[in-house]
Amino acid sequence: MTEKYIASTSKWRIFKDRTAGGIMFSLTLLSIVLVILIGLGLYLKSIPILEEKSLWELLATGRWKPLKGEFGFLPFIMGTLWVTVIAILWTLPVSLLTAIFLTENAKSYVKKFVYPALDILAGLPSVVYGVWGMLVIVPFISDKLAPHFVEYSTGYTTLAGGIVLGIMILPLLISLFVEIFSSVPKELREASLSLGATQWQTTKRVVLRRTAPGILAAVILSISRALGETIAVLMVCGNIAKIPDSLFDGCYPLPALLANNYGEMLSLPLYESALMLAALILFVVVFLFNIISRIILYRIEKTFQ
Amino acid sequence: MKPILSNFISAKIEPFVSENDEKSAAFVPSRKFHRKTEISDISVNGLDVYIQNQHILKNINLQIPDKQITCIIGPSGCGKSTLLKTFNRLLDTNEGVKITGQVLVDGEDIYSRHSDLTHIRRKMGLLSQRPCPLPMSIYENIAYGCRIHGIRNKKKLNAIVEYYLKAAGLWEEVKDRLHTPAVRMSIGQQQRLCLARGLAVEPQFILADEATSALDPISSKTIEELFVKLKEEYAIVLVTHTLRQALRIADYVIFMYMGEIIEAGPAQQVFKNPQQELTQKYLSGAFS
Repeated sequence: MTEKYIASTSKWRIFKDRTAGGIMFSLTLLSIVLVILIGLGLYLKSIPILEEKSLWELLATGRWKPLKGEFGFLPFIMGTLWVTVIAILWTLPVSLLTAIFLTENAKSYVKKFVYPALDILAGLPSVVYGVWGMLVIVPFISDKLAPHFVEYSTGYTTLAGGIVLGIMILPLLISLFVEIFSSVPKELREASLSLGATQWQTTKRVVLRRTAPGILAAVILSISRALGETIAVLMVCGNIAKIPDSLFDGCYPLPALLANNYGEMLSLPLYESALMLAALILFVVVFLFNIISRIILYRIEKTFQ
Repeated sequence: MKPILSNFISAKIEPFVSENDEKSAAFVPSRKFHRKTEISDISVNGLDVYIQNQHILKNINLQIPDKQITCIIGPSGCGKSTLLKTFNRLLDTNEGVKITGQVLVDGEDIYSRHSDLTHIRRKMGLLSQRPCPLPMSIYENIAYGCRIHGIRNKKKLNAIVEYYLKAAGLWEEVKDRLHTPAVRMSIGQQQRLCLARGLAVEPQFILADEATSALDPISSKTIEELFVKLKEEYAIVLVTHTLRQALRIADYVIFMYMGEIIEAGPAQQVFKNPQQELTQKYLSGAFS
């Protein structure tokens, strides 16, 4: 009797165990399938325009006239590039030095204030950044900064886009860097300090050296994040479909193109397909950047452990 | 000037670059840079250490003799390593540490406000529990400390690296791969590299924090033998929780228990004829 009872309960337990495992596995599979499905969907949707024109023509020409059937993505690609490069250029030193301060020098009460502030920055909806950029950065550029360099600027510029975008990826970069620096064992710092090195020498020659690949991976990861930022950049960068000549020209990044135009004028032949191609380009670039940074991180783990 | 460590470096130091070049002649360490007195001396007076408001070290008074191996023994958690780290002020890099009392190194209070941290730490070569090579090549690991203290001359660096790798008995094993990452060495070699790295900045003291506990028996024996040779030039303070190691190499023994020094004295005296009951119990293995 008892034996039978045990046998039946154990069967039931094994059944539950297997089902739980199976459900969790299929749910995990779902996220991978989603990535593949989105990529595939975008590709299928952009086939019409790819059949009509060569990829090279689409990517390397600068004329964007949907009504005439001209779709050159170069201004948008350059716009995305410019905004991202500006954002990375100014946030990299800022976030690096902040993260160094937080991990190497800061007392714990300082950290208590800074980390929540960073979390708030990271958690703010991007519309808020966009509005803030329109209210603060745009007037600042048009009134104070631009007159020193160009005759006239509305303030809705590539520079404004870069600044706002930078502020948005700043908390991400700082927290990535803090995590990377915290992974350096204390003994390594002590080894350097005990040789008579100063704190800064230790940071520069040991901590930064050890974490250099990690820093690179973090930067690539944040670039892929920056490439996709839409609303905030769209609100301040002017949205002019022309390759920017200077920082004080407007530009039109790819995500902004999609957000502004999808849903309108879709009756135009090839227009929808062209926008889908824009989405596909973003998808592929972000995908590649993520993979590169994963590979780098994987290599680091292999060499240091 | 005769090379200080020459008595145990059997191989004569050859000029590194070319024999015609006189400037690249054998490297001779000069310790006059910071050695004020002939005798290196640490003395601790009334030292109290609190970490997060816990009284970790209680009224420590001691003298570290020069040119001897001083072993600090005691059960784990008794404050041995903490005491060691007060000597080169690594302890106060941590937060919530409060230190009162005096630590005099060559008569200079290292906890006074005017003391130069880098100078103090340079005097103390630290050998940590687990070897911790810097993330660079074997060569750069040794050259690192010298570079930090302003030596840029390539030939001089070459000579220093060779000299101290020989001093740590590592030269023959690594001379063909000086520029490979140090982390690829075996753990015993890494510890000897760390020792050589510490010696290269010309300290007066060697502080070893259970320096052999992560090593295999053969490697620990090598390190112990090195200590015995090195004590002719340095004051060595070794924290250990293996009593047998202390028995083998200690000249002077400090027994600590619960943050206090219970007994200190020459090894013979402490091991053969301990005065305190606690020491007797510890040595007999009643607790560890």
